[in-house]
Amino acid sequence: MTIATRPDAAPTGVPDRSRSAARRRKQLRNLGVFLLLAGPNVALLLIFVYRPLLLSFYYSTLQWNLGSSVARFVGLGNYVQWFSDPQTPMVLATTAVFGIASVGGSLVLGLALALALNRRLFGRGLVRTVSFAPYVLSGIAVGMLWLYIFDPRYGLLATVLGWLGLDSPQWYTASPWALVMIIIVYLWKHVGYVALIYLAGLQSIPQDLKDAAALDGATWWRTFRSIVLPLLGPVTFFLLITTMLSALQSFDLIRAMTDGGPLGSTTTLMYQIYLEGFQTGRAGYASASATILFLILLAITAVQLKYMEKRVHYS
Amino acid sequence: MTVTTKTVPPAGADPAPADSPAPAASPRRRRRRPGAIALDAGLYVGLLLAVLVMSVPLIWMVLAGFKTNAELVSLPLQWLPEQFMPDNYQRVAEAIPIGRMFLNSLGITIVGAGLKVFLGLCCAYAVVFVDVPFRNAVFVLVIFALLIPGQITIIPNYTLIASLDWLNSYQGIILPGLASAFGTFLFRQHFRSLPISVLEAAELDGAGHWRRLWRFVVPMSAPTIAAVSLVSLVTDWNEYLWPMLVTDNARVMTLPVGLTLLQDIDGMQNWGVLMAATVVVTVPMLVFFLILQRRLVAGLTAGAVTG
Repeated sequence: MTIATRPDAAPTGVPDRSRSAARRRKQLRNLGVFLLLAGPNVALLLIFVYRPLLLSFYYSTLQWNLGSSVARFVGLGNYVQWFSDPQTPMVLATTAVFGIASVGGSLVLGLALALALNRRLFGRGLVRTVSFAPYVLSGIAVGMLWLYIFDPRYGLLATVLGWLGLDSPQWYTASPWALVMIIIVYLWKHVGYVALIYLAGLQSIPQDLKDAAALDGATWWRTFRSIVLPLLGPVTFFLLITTMLSALQSFDLIRAMTDGGPLGSTTTLMYQIYLEGFQTGRAGYASASATILFLILLAITAVQLKYMEKRVHYS
Repeated sequence: MTVTTKTVPPAGADPAPADSPAPAASPRRRRRRPGAIALDAGLYVGLLLAVLVMSVPLIWMVLAGFKTNAELVSLPLQWLPEQFMPDNYQRVAEAIPIGRMFLNSLGITIVGAGLKVFLGLCCAYAVVFVDVPFRNAVFVLVIFALLIPGQITIIPNYTLIASLDWLNSYQGIILPGLASAFGTFLFRQHFRSLPISVLEAAELDGAGHWRRLWRFVVPMSAPTIAAVSLVSLVTDWNEYLWPMLVTDNARVMTLPVGLTLLQDIDGMQNWGVLMAATVVVTVPMLVFFLILQRRLVAGLTAGAVTG
């Protein structure tokens, strides 16, 4: 036993047969240990991630209400219905506007904040802490507290707008404003995270490069555009993908602030799955929506993985 | 130990190293021009604005929790409450079992995050150190789960939990989210960087896998374990969609679910009561964040470098 502890151990003087028997025993024991250690986690993944993934594809071919024992096979009927539903273009447009505005906004604001924090200014530790804090808070709670701030009469924002001589829009009930409101809150919650990732990226840019540019008489803007921004490319790409994935799956803010309204103007694809599946109860139809969302997310992830592979070679 | 920084990677993202490029900045300071001073002044104004935008909503929430209804609807706005009385908190407690919900959240968060870290450690150890032929396939299975959005699993998982009669139960809330993919991934990264010789020596001394995991691997992985634990605690505390779907009995609800229940019961715009409850949900996380900022940030931004 002690001699052949490893299957790949160098040949020793022990006769072949007993060594291979020991090796088999060892392999068997390893198998047992492996199953004991990795088994529970893998089993949970199979039951609560992979099983529902496949089941969701299956459900999407059924006309079936949640909790009902009757289901009718309709093939691709739910998908046909989804694509021909007059609501679908609006859901897709809302999802796209929300995704692009929240991703674009958090990247631009996050980079600006990171650039400011990258200078040696007094109190920047405080700024970093304060701006990251919302990221660790419950989306429901954040939605709730901002709902109060957006209150068109008694909200803090109405007063601030009043100082500027502006009237508060009807954030809760007017169509484009409800979505704008959710995007603003999304930015507030995520900008600190983006800034921190950008800050790490900025600090990995060699100072020599910037010094050389300064010696050549380059302006700040030119250095930024020709040196800093290109070197931040990989970070930007990473953030683009991950914030897009998280924006497309965001749920809590919409649930707390508008519940998809007014008139469906804040119903994203993600929110549609919830409304159809658990409010209307059309589980089959909701599963079709879920499958479509899954395919969109998978496509975005595929782009990322392809790129990540390149990056591995690069570094 | 140099490899440790690789697994808990965003060294630049946590506070201390950020202040380190001091030598680079001093030459800049020597040849300071008026333009740079103006720029800095502008930046200070910008940063001050940023601090206000980020912090005032939170302060406003805390203040509103103490205001009376009359104070909440007075125009122009009344900035500070007349008295700091816990009336709104009392009304929250009358409307929903907030104490019970707090304990539910606390218990579910601690048990859920603890088990998740435990499962992740065991699984990562098996994948890295236990020599079986299919271990890489198992790892791919775990990693691919990271790409499957939770949203697609809610309807089938709901029907499963309902058929087990586990709606409104703690196991129904905890179990579906228990599997560790992110943790396993980070732990594996870290385990592969550990000095293999230590483990081989332990094996020669007759230490079995279980002992090697807890006596050698775990103590050598403290920063990564801390990062993963903290991230799990934060995400479990804030988790909303799943606990909301499987509970309609207030006695088993978690705090965020209770918050929307309160919104439904007490009316959309009963701000004093709603803000008091919001304080109960957010302040524990804020305190947690302020105390453990560095490690928490390291964990939350870990994905950025490891992918």
